[in-house]
Amino acid sequence: MKRNIPKWQKTSKLHYLMLVLITFLSIFPFYWMFIVSSNTDAEISKSPPSLVPGPRFLEVANKVLNAEGVYFSQALINTFIVGVAVAVAQVIFSAIAGFAFAKLHFRGRQFSILFVVATMMLPSQLGIVPLFIMANKLNLVNTLYALIVPALVTAFGVFWMRQIIDAQVPNEILEAATIDGASVPRVFWSVVLPSIRQSSFVLGLFAFLASWNDYLWPTIVLQSPERFTLQVALTQLKPLYGLDYSLQMGGAFLATAPLLILFIFVGRRLVSGVMDGAVKG
Amino acid sequence: MTTIKDGKGRQKAPLTPWKQKSKKEKKPLPGIASMDGRWGYPAIAPFFILFLIFGVAPVVYSIYIAFFKWDPLGESEFNGINNFIFLIQDSDFWIALRNTFSIWALSTFPQMIIAISLAAILRNKRLKGKSFWRTILLVPNITSVIAITIVFQQLFGREYGLINGILGLIPGVENIDFIEGVIPSHIQIATMITWRWIGYNTLIFLASMLAIPDELYESASVDGATKWQQFKYVTLPSLKNTITFVLIVGTIGGLQVFAEPQQLAADGGSTKQFLTLTLFLYNQAFLNNKYGYAAAIGIAITVIVLIISAINFVITRKLSGEGSR
Repeated sequence: MKRNIPKWQKTSKLHYLMLVLITFLSIFPFYWMFIVSSNTDAEISKSPPSLVPGPRFLEVANKVLNAEGVYFSQALINTFIVGVAVAVAQVIFSAIAGFAFAKLHFRGRQFSILFVVATMMLPSQLGIVPLFIMANKLNLVNTLYALIVPALVTAFGVFWMRQIIDAQVPNEILEAATIDGASVPRVFWSVVLPSIRQSSFVLGLFAFLASWNDYLWPTIVLQSPERFTLQVALTQLKPLYGLDYSLQMGGAFLATAPLLILFIFVGRRLVSGVMDGAVKG
Repeated sequence: MTTIKDGKGRQKAPLTPWKQKSKKEKKPLPGIASMDGRWGYPAIAPFFILFLIFGVAPVVYSIYIAFFKWDPLGESEFNGINNFIFLIQDSDFWIALRNTFSIWALSTFPQMIIAISLAAILRNKRLKGKSFWRTILLVPNITSVIAITIVFQQLFGREYGLINGILGLIPGVENIDFIEGVIPSHIQIATMITWRWIGYNTLIFLASMLAIPDELYESASVDGATKWQQFKYVTLPSLKNTITFVLIVGTIGGLQVFAEPQQLAADGGSTKQFLTLTLFLYNQAFLNNKYGYAAAIGIAITVIVLIISAINFVITRKLSGEGSR
């Protein structure tokens, strides 16, 4: 059997060793969050430190949830609301505009696409000060709307959807549907949408994760602790003195656990989403 | 990225100019003839209006503000190019630029090398558990920056950190202070960035390696090329565009590093070793209320991104030009 494998396709033990090592390095920090938050300070500071979970996790989790001035469970809810709203909006707006950019022929189309793509080169900090002034004028500061409204659409989302619809929806099907008398909105609803369901889901996931993990804008625009998202709430758990990281590590673990659980179900789809979006060649 | 491909095509164009022309003429009209194109306007309108308000307007507004002494509470007055002159003379700006680039270099280059190597391993069709390895690689990428900073800060601790504990096993190595030392502090942040992005970039490289036809490797193998030669002459040349892409995205990301240094030292640290460009911008805007100055910093960051992207394009073009000769 082995002789049939061409030489250039052989795998060696060294390859697997490297993959195991990288797997270990990828997982370890999560494990370490749990170790630190479930052990006493002394167990972690000794040499070598404890590498097995201790008995203290529930106690620490309780402390995180009831920490003075920190609304951790509220932050979890806030983060979730913003993430879902942003994800749904981005998918809807991007799918409709992406469809138009990919399949409809109208004047100014080429220019609009180029314009949108060109703005993707601009770093997001460029607009952050004016965005704050705008949020102030619109009375959005210190509300969750301040996180949702500017994130309803992204250049990336539209560009991505355009590529997906271009690649996954054959022109012949659209032609056939219009010749049968379907209107353009009808074609979008019953032909395009069903064939991009998977990709829409992946785009929604990207948007949800980006929103969940965003820190710069929430820390600028949110002011009272009960409005905070998880990332901002986590920074409140800093040890005031000493090196007892258990509270912050417990918080980090609790804030990451929902994503890890989500990842178990959607990880593979995210992988294909990332690879589909990559530049080929 | 298509521009680069065009560039490649143009290099060969003198040999077959008729092909180039006929290609352009044959290109079908964009869009589908049977569908009424006017639907395009209402379809892009919701996106475009929101995009103009929250994506484009702030950028334009930012350029305007940069020419003012803009105090959110007090009066604002026209300031000409004084913000920019002051920026060039501000030693903090140059320190922030140095820190940003040091962190960028420390995170980008090791990451590229490791990501390309991992992708080369994962490309192998005989590898067992392909899907598992790919998925595991993406786990760090879904974690938030704040959670990462919390964990690594603890791991990098001077007295009780696990990393110093492991380094201490080597005789003669003293505990390293990953907060106060300039380079060690940059290494700490670069490690966090690398950890978060390496799997993602591996997948990007892998996607582009999977697009390389097997026959190229087969024939190279038949010609007696070693694994290393195959990698050097088959794999690497086909990755040029992807490398440019990853470098540009990495540069934009590198110039946005904010949460990690801000968590480690909100003021930038005792010798400003943690002051990155975005932390500098944030502090000027939201701690010192200097909106105009912060806008000028934002423009400086953008100019840097554009310069680096342009250099990147030029280098890649040159390289692919040489490759086709």
